[in-house]
Amino acid sequence: MPDLSSFTLASTVAAVLGISLGVMFPALAMGWAIKSALEALSRQPEAERAITRTLFIGLAMIESLAIYVLVIVLIVLFRNPLLEYLVK
Amino acid sequence: MNEVELLAAPIFELGPVSITGTVLTTWAIMALTWLCAALINRRIQLAPAATPGALQTALEGIITTIENAIANVAPQHTQQLLPFIGTLWIFLVIANLSGLIPGVHSPTRDLSATAALALLVFLSTHWFGIRAQGLKNYLRHYLAPSPILLPFHIISELTRTVALAVRLFGNMMSLEMAALLILIVAGFLAPVPILMLHIIEALVQAYIFGMLALIYVAGGLQSQQLRQQKKQGVSNA
Repeated sequence: MPDLSSFTLASTVAAVLGISLGVMFPALAMGWAIKSALEALSRQPEAERAITRTLFIGLAMIESLAIYVLVIVLIVLFRNPLLEYLVK
Repeated sequence: MNEVELLAAPIFELGPVSITGTVLTTWAIMALTWLCAALINRRIQLAPAATPGALQTALEGIITTIENAIANVAPQHTQQLLPFIGTLWIFLVIANLSGLIPGVHSPTRDLSATAALALLVFLSTHWFGIRAQGLKNYLRHYLAPSPILLPFHIISELTRTVALAVRLFGNMMSLEMAALLILIVAGFLAPVPILMLHIIEALVQAYIFGMLALIYVAGGLQSQQLRQQKKQGVSNA
């Protein structure tokens, strides 16, 4: 079925592009967050606990965006909801 | 791939309710924790005559750490929040790490389990807030600082609950699936670095879930405090 093979090709290409772009931007954001946290820490070392705690919470929030992208890509690759319409 | 599906398959039916592997693992974790707590309860004392043993010191260390973390965020409501947040933290640490045992899948890998926990946090925010301030005061804080922000308040509450569930689910499921894929692709001992990442991520995600739950509940508890402090400041000045 040519329809199925082009659909598989398109979904694979979309998945790979999606994950690569979807991880780059959170990585940049995390780099900026860590940079600001290190600058704040160097300016005021006695606020270390508050800064570290806030840094980790912020990093987890940013990382969850990358996790959203990963979940969608895994769904598209392994449990594609459109596949059952084409196989029928 | 049928072991690491995105939806859990039911193992047996108990009347109208189907029991999946997630539920069984959760029950096992609950039974284990209850058993440990009951056994430890006989051996620790409230005011030990001699120096406390290693077990009591370790337990007190854990509880004190949790209590300090809660006191950092909500110093006036620590005793109220300690049972809920402490249980959440302990359960999540055990549940996340249980994925490392061969043959056992962590229950937080299932979206239903993490959605249930996020729903618990969502309802607890309202419960603690209404119990501390009364229904009218608590509902009034949605209209502060301006009634135009009401839809944004509601949307943000719903979104952060969904985000809480999906964050934990996505992290746990993707770590297990990545380990499985590396095993399929690269052979026997290759997933060991991913399993080390799994350990770190399990602990970090449990900490983040509990910390965010604490921040949300403390936000619900303290929603009236700022207005009351401002009122007192105005009447004093």
